[in-house]
Amino acid sequence: MELDTALLSRLQFAFTVSFHIIFPSITIGLATLIAIWEGLWLKTHDPRYLQLAKFWIKPFAITFGMGVVSGIVLSYEFGTNFSKFSDIVGPVLGPLMAYEVLTAFFLEAGFLGVMLFGWQRVGRKLHFFSTVVVAIGTWISAFWIIVANSWMQTPQGHIIVDGQFHVEDWFEVIFNPSMPYRLSHMLLASFITATFVVAGVCAYYLLKKQHTEFAKKGLSMTMWIALVLTPLQALVGDHHGLNVKEHQPTKLAAMEGIWPAKEEHVPLLLFAMPNMETESNDYELGIPSLGSLILTHTFDGAVQGLKAVPPEDRPNVPLVFWSFRVMVGLGFGMIGLAVLALWLRKRGSLFSNKPFLTALALFTPSGVISVLAGWYVVEVGRQPWLVYNLVRTSEVVSPLPAERVLFTLIGFVVIYTLLLGVYLYFMRKLIKKGPPSMAHLEEQLIGMKAPGYALAWVKNLKHEEGVK
Amino acid sequence: MDLVLFYFLILGFAVLMYVLLDGFDLGVGILYPWFDQTGERDHLMRSISHVWDGNETWLVFGGVVLFAAFPAAYAGILSTFYLPIILMLFALIFRGVAFEYRFKADRSRPYWDFAFSAGSATAAFCQGLILGSIVQGVNVNHIQLDSWYWLSPFAILTGFSVMAGYALLGASYLYMKSRGRIQQHAAHLAKRLLLGVMVAMLIVSLWTVLSSDDIRERWFADGNFLYLSPLPLLSALFAVLAWKGLSDTIHEIRPFWYVAGIFTLGFAGLVVSLFPYLIPNQLTIWDAAAPDSSLKFLVVGIAIFIPLILAYTLWGYRVFAGKVEDYQEGY
Repeated sequence: MELDTALLSRLQFAFTVSFHIIFPSITIGLATLIAIWEGLWLKTHDPRYLQLAKFWIKPFAITFGMGVVSGIVLSYEFGTNFSKFSDIVGPVLGPLMAYEVLTAFFLEAGFLGVMLFGWQRVGRKLHFFSTVVVAIGTWISAFWIIVANSWMQTPQGHIIVDGQFHVEDWFEVIFNPSMPYRLSHMLLASFITATFVVAGVCAYYLLKKQHTEFAKKGLSMTMWIALVLTPLQALVGDHHGLNVKEHQPTKLAAMEGIWPAKEEHVPLLLFAMPNMETESNDYELGIPSLGSLILTHTFDGAVQGLKAVPPEDRPNVPLVFWSFRVMVGLGFGMIGLAVLALWLRKRGSLFSNKPFLTALALFTPSGVISVLAGWYVVEVGRQPWLVYNLVRTSEVVSPLPAERVLFTLIGFVVIYTLLLGVYLYFMRKLIKKGPPSMAHLEEQLIGMKAPGYALAWVKNLKHEEGVK
Repeated sequence: MDLVLFYFLILGFAVLMYVLLDGFDLGVGILYPWFDQTGERDHLMRSISHVWDGNETWLVFGGVVLFAAFPAAYAGILSTFYLPIILMLFALIFRGVAFEYRFKADRSRPYWDFAFSAGSATAAFCQGLILGSIVQGVNVNHIQLDSWYWLSPFAILTGFSVMAGYALLGASYLYMKSRGRIQQHAAHLAKRLLLGVMVAMLIVSLWTVLSSDDIRERWFADGNFLYLSPLPLLSALFAVLAWKGLSDTIHEIRPFWYVAGIFTLGFAGLVVSLFPYLIPNQLTIWDAAAPDSSLKFLVVGIAIFIPLILAYTLWGYRVFAGKVEDYQEGY
């Protein structure tokens, strides 16, 4: 078989970026949760919050580290594997990424050291400030990278001079039509991802009857958060979909498996095997007209289908179609769990209902999987374009010898598989070890010179012993 | 001032910051095999675990400044040096995750020790290799991406030189941050490395001057050497002063700064040799520059954020000032 450099480079980029996104999608939300807990601890003096913050800071640290090392790869991979692309869009994407480094990466790195290692070196307010700055840094980072990605989806504000993209209006580039939707969708996704990771671990502790007081606090809080965020995410997702319909109709057609150039009464497909050869769906099962209702908010609204563009301008339909269903399916699962939690809470069995806790523990990685599936919809759905309707992916690949790219691709697969195993191993180890004991935290507090907290501490300890 | 020139300076600044800061991090990793008594390796890693992330960010910054301001050079250099760059990234991955996992590991600790030191050494070597190939003047040509010319004797020499240089920075950093046996051992290693690095710098300089007519002309035509002579002379002076500082722990902070000074002078010498080319004889900074609209947009951010970044980075270092032994337990 003839090796194809373009295909290998795309596979390598897809693989490395997929691996990378796992970690920031957790850390953006987790940093925010840790900041909230630390803030609540300072405000209420309830050491339970400190315990939550101190426990989750460890998984946060290893997740953040994985995000850093896998992220550096990406900032160089544009140039190594897509040199022509880097050359022609550098004037647009380069400054956006430079702003990401200037306003986010340095900020996160600069305050992370104090957040992780500075508990005893700075006052508690300054420590809290550092945690908040790290959290905000992760949001800013998400902002710039979403701006860059969204410009590639819905480009505007540029002119093409001698084949190179020059910017005419930076405001238009940054606030391109899909950016606000993608940004809110992604930030919410990160918060939800972290929420379900925390909730899943708490549910696991409750099932095992370990660290129950700690787990109850975490579970209760995260289920309130999930109850607010998951329905909101569905709403934002719906609006994002409408935005895709307007700006990237081919992607939308692939998401929904719509083949006719123009279709009215679009069904909502629950199951189908999109077939790119026959240009139709096999084994189709759908609810009539519901697709139109969702997409156009009328029963007979017309939607552009895949056949409106020639076959070479279509993405891989089954991949987009199924990724979309995985994302939406898990999303509804998460909404269901959040609502169920409310019902169980009313009945007083939130912390004891075994089927619910088991489901929640199984949903620990649901956010990560949805994020990955969602990004496959976004990125595969944009193909064959790198910059939508303007730059074809296949035309801007570095003309490297294919064996060389194959060699590095194998390297990445081996190393990342190893790393993922190691990451999961250590996550499991941290979870098994459990949160730091109250006595241990108290010792550390003395080191922190925080006398005002002693009273709240004693009260809490007594309370806990009473419970036992 | 010409914006393109401004970006050239910013790029140079980013590279220099990276070389100095991650240089001592990588150096500490390279020195790992020479420290194996109980607790020594813990000490070495703790001396940098709170700063390595910020230090490595300068590498990302250098990369994106090249991407933003000189996209043609970013595209050409990165695709030409495909293998050494990816190899460097692999090495940095192992080095980076070792920080997170080593302290949490029990049985697997020796593997993380290896990942940390081999990762640091390989990353340093690849950086030196790339540097050497650029100085030597490779054909950055899209048709010739399949050749191996970055693997030349000169580039291999610069690879090992950079490795030794980083180790020297690391040793003088440890000399500043440690007490007792570790400090003594660091001084002992630093002295040997100092000799090695000075010899390497001399060989690399001579080799460059002898093999490239343009660089020879730059340094020796029209009495240029008179104006440029402070670079080698100050380097020699700093080397002597660093040696003195290493001999007496009263001056335990000075050697690091003298070594940093030697690095800065060496880097300045490199800029003198290459300017105004990003790739010798092929691509000048003006050829490679992005359009004005991009350069102007980013200049605002650089003017605002670089001073801020320097301020809070300095603050971060001050929070962890003093000896490593005095840090209390981490997170």
